[in-house]
Amino acid sequence: MRREMTAASLEATTKSSAERGALARARLLRGLLPALSLALVLLAIAWLNPRAISYFGFSLMLNLAIPIALATIAQMFVIAGNELDLSIGTFVGFVGCVTATWLKDAPLIGVLILLGSIGVYALLGALIHLRNLPSIVVTLGMSFVWQGLAILVLPKPGGKAPDWLLAFMAFKPPLVPFPIIAALLIGLIVHFGLMRTSYGVILRGSGGNPAALGRAGWSLLKTKIVLFALAGLFGVLSGMALIGITTSADANIGNGYTLLAIAGVILGGGEFVGGRVSPIGAVIGALTLALAASPLLTFMHIPPDWQVAANGAILIIVLAARVLISRRER
Amino acid sequence: MKKLFVLGALAAMLASGTALADTSGKKIAFSNNYAGNSWRQAMLDSYGIVTKKAVADKVVGAADIFTTADKEVPTQAAQVQNLILQGYDAIVINAASPDALNGAIKQACDAGITVVSFDGTVTEPCAYRVVVDFKDMGKQEVEQMAKFQPKGGNLLEIRGLAGTSIDDAIHAGILEGVAAHPEFKIVGSVTGDWDQTTAQKAVATILPSLPDVVGIVDQGGDGYGAAQAFAAAGKPRPTIIMGNRQDELQWWKEQKDKDGYKTWSASIAPGVSSLAFWVAQQVLDGRTDIPHDLLVPYLAFTQDDFEAELPKIVKGGVASHEYTQEDAIAAIKANIK
Repeated sequence: MRREMTAASLEATTKSSAERGALARARLLRGLLPALSLALVLLAIAWLNPRAISYFGFSLMLNLAIPIALATIAQMFVIAGNELDLSIGTFVGFVGCVTATWLKDAPLIGVLILLGSIGVYALLGALIHLRNLPSIVVTLGMSFVWQGLAILVLPKPGGKAPDWLLAFMAFKPPLVPFPIIAALLIGLIVHFGLMRTSYGVILRGSGGNPAALGRAGWSLLKTKIVLFALAGLFGVLSGMALIGITTSADANIGNGYTLLAIAGVILGGGEFVGGRVSPIGAVIGALTLALAASPLLTFMHIPPDWQVAANGAILIIVLAARVLISRRER
Repeated sequence: MKKLFVLGALAAMLASGTALADTSGKKIAFSNNYAGNSWRQAMLDSYGIVTKKAVADKVVGAADIFTTADKEVPTQAAQVQNLILQGYDAIVINAASPDALNGAIKQACDAGITVVSFDGTVTEPCAYRVVVDFKDMGKQEVEQMAKFQPKGGNLLEIRGLAGTSIDDAIHAGILEGVAAHPEFKIVGSVTGDWDQTTAQKAVATILPSLPDVVGIVDQGGDGYGAAQAFAAAGKPRPTIIMGNRQDELQWWKEQKDKDGYKTWSASIAPGVSSLAFWVAQQVLDGRTDIPHDLLVPYLAFTQDDFEAELPKIVKGGVASHEYTQEDAIAAIKANIK
């Protein structure tokens, strides 16, 4: 099996029909896996605290999952290009600080700063491609830059989210809670863009098999810039959503998101090899992580001395389950 | 006649201001963002001791402790939201950020939940804040110093962690105290970060350039380090205000046994968590006259009572105090006037 071939068209032509059937089943399983783990976590929560399974409950449990889902999508674009972004957490924090200060007091400057930061992300993509630098090193360095800028913008916790953002994040649609609608929208829009358009295939291919794409005449510089700019865009959305919920910012507010976002992509069916990602899976993965790490833990009534360790254990179990099932694919 | 009796009982109940409602079925959660140092451990221990007894005595229905895995704001915000879903009646919180948790705190208030913050307090107006009167502590240091050094003289000040509100408040209190006692003059100021080693280094560095110093005003956690620096430099030992740490009180006892050395010790008790618990219980009890900002006293020891406390503190630890319901009622009363 030529597993490294990820551009769909290349794969299809080289496989016999039996092989294709087995692969399709494995793919289906892999696609269902994130949804399965989410269902398991939800079942556990429903069993531990039936009260949480309600409109009010989902609104509360999932609204902080929205910024995590957006950060996960940002990370997914970078991973799709076979790179890793270690700065997304502090970038979200920086965006949060700008949102709670400039965007409220001087919206025009605020918007310019945020657009500029997306531009910086695009430049990083170009730098990583042109100088052939390891993205882990570049983004690790950038994580300190964003953190420093965040502290400059907001030296001590405070600021306030713009009113329109507060109103937007507090929106209460009838029947279905806002976070669920938002998660569906994010997942579907990115799925369409990355999985159903022809340039989406090129973007994924640039991570999965850059040599083939380069030979076919596509600009790898351009794909890397686009992938990083998209990561920057979703990082900005994540920071804004987060401040819309917390109402006020803190320079350290996003630090935990870097690893959560990577875990979310992997839990959602993505792989570190580049090109193999799933936007809907990533959103579901982010929701699962957000639910497993906090509500599940709180509802389990674990003695305080063990809570920190239990949090880690839950994450490992959820991720290990994903690895166990997807191994059958091989 | 009977009616009069009932009315009288009702009046008595209203006058006493307590036990308006039964809290035996109420559930209080404690949201804590960090457990990684000795002060926080002592804080959790104090809270555990007091709440276990309160549950056993059926004062409240449940009092559970929740600690987040990291010091992150979003994690604690999510935790508060989960506690809302769990159906707790009150949340006692030591918050990761004074502002960034306000969204979640407001949601809790809107769901009818009482929120009491302490140590790491929150600015959301609907929450209660239990704040230690650090400014008075700083002022009191100079007042006490005036007793030990009636002739006055030069003082050295050791500051805490720069940029924190606690350092600011203690410093302001010390300045106020010095203004009231013109016989004292602060001739030097160093940063000790509430840490013995840092304080020792800082004091040792500034010592050669200082005139004779009669006393040291500080913020706790730095007194023993200052004493070491003076001893190493061979300078006469000044009156050093202590901060309730075990090593500080131990040193004080050694000096007292040797030549009757006199000083004073004060700091915030980690057990202030238990005071926050009782404040939450009082609010659930139906009291509506409790101010949202409660200034509570610090924990101080004098020449007469510090030796009794010393054996109770674990090595490397800090003196604590478990507050009772009566303490909380007294503290609330002191804040109403």
